[in-house]
Amino acid sequence: MQIRITEQDGVPIYLQIVNQVKFLIASGRLTPGEEMPPIRTLAETLTVNPNTVARAYRELENEGIVTKKRTSGTYVSESGPRLSRDECLKILTERIDALLAEAKQMEIGNDEILELIKQRNHLMTNGEPTK
Amino acid sequence: MNEPIIEIKNLVREFGNKRALDNVSMTIQPGTVMGLVGENGAGKTTLIKHVLGLLKAQQGTVKVFGMDPVSNPEGVLSKIGYLSEEGDMPTWMKVHELMRYSAAFYPTWDDQYAMKLLEEFKLDPGAKLSKMSKGQRSRAGLLVAMAYRPELLVLDEPSSGLDPIVRKDILGAIIRTIADDGRTVLFSSHLLSEVERVADQISIVRNGKILISDNLDTVKESHLRATLLFEEPLSRHPDLAGSLTWSGSGKEWQLTYCGDGKSLDAAAKLLGAKVIERAGLSLEEIFVAQVGAA
Repeated sequence: MQIRITEQDGVPIYLQIVNQVKFLIASGRLTPGEEMPPIRTLAETLTVNPNTVARAYRELENEGIVTKKRTSGTYVSESGPRLSRDECLKILTERIDALLAEAKQMEIGNDEILELIKQRNHLMTNGEPTK
Repeated sequence: MNEPIIEIKNLVREFGNKRALDNVSMTIQPGTVMGLVGENGAGKTTLIKHVLGLLKAQQGTVKVFGMDPVSNPEGVLSKIGYLSEEGDMPTWMKVHELMRYSAAFYPTWDDQYAMKLLEEFKLDPGAKLSKMSKGQRSRAGLLVAMAYRPELLVLDEPSSGLDPIVRKDILGAIIRTIADDGRTVLFSSHLLSEVERVADQISIVRNGKILISDNLDTVKESHLRATLLFEEPLSRHPDLAGSLTWSGSGKEWQLTYCGDGKSLDAAAKLLGAKVIERAGLSLEEIFVAQVGAA
């Protein structure tokens, strides 16, 4: 599991872990049923406080993205996130608003953005092209 | 709640007529990593010396494991692993001599763990401390501070002047210490990026006073950077409760702010401004803003 932590921006470290796990799942690099590294192992790999990793796992569990099994470890959920459709759309709307505002600032048109989204989606589904 | 590992109340220390610690209070709960940050000369080392019982409180109280470290040094020190910046180590010794010497002091010395650390840190048991690099000497100091599995690990500027690889070993040691059934760490550092990674509590010290002592998450969540857009250009920044530092000109001003986002919105509205952008701050930025504003 590839996660990179930076102390340079204001995003709390636990949130950086949460966001990157979500990204890894969305891009298929973490698959449903896959086991997450134990808290202690991930803490040592990333050199961050184990309590921080524990908090990230708790958030992910609350959102239904991972499931903790009583006897063993933490696994990527089979069922996908348990957010309601409305909640999902709300989150996405916020992201899209930010994207559109930025694009306008950069004078990039809507058609170009749609094209870019298609391209990125293609890459995410089929992997990076080999050079 | 459990009994705190360290409890300092209204501690005052003067050297001559200089007040090195001015009414300092701090509580450290078991299983937490407290990062002590401040500029050189802010009072971090003086505070740590009180925890170790090397200095006696002139006013106020210091309790470690519920005991007074000055009147009960053996009770306290046998449970503390300590590494200082310049490692006041017996440099005439070889690594294996240092290990034997330290093992004699601590009944809880774990030989197996010591050998494991020796291997991990790639230390040569026959090497003389005075002939070793600064980084290897620090690793040796860390080994003897950890090998008796102390309940409290105290590190005073442990990574100052060391290369990134040794620093990572030291941070790894902090993480392992608390991952090991909830032991406690107190460490001072001026490298805020390191503190941000491993601490869950922080105390910012300035001129012998504690500016902030809280959960790192709470501190991060209560500080932000925002950009305000005013209807009319201003010649200087306005007064706004909670603001720490300002920059900008004309209609657009940027500030660092301590407080919650809603109060900022309300305060901006009263000034006839709109918050057009906001973002979190890194610990380093918070430190600079707090110390700059104090």
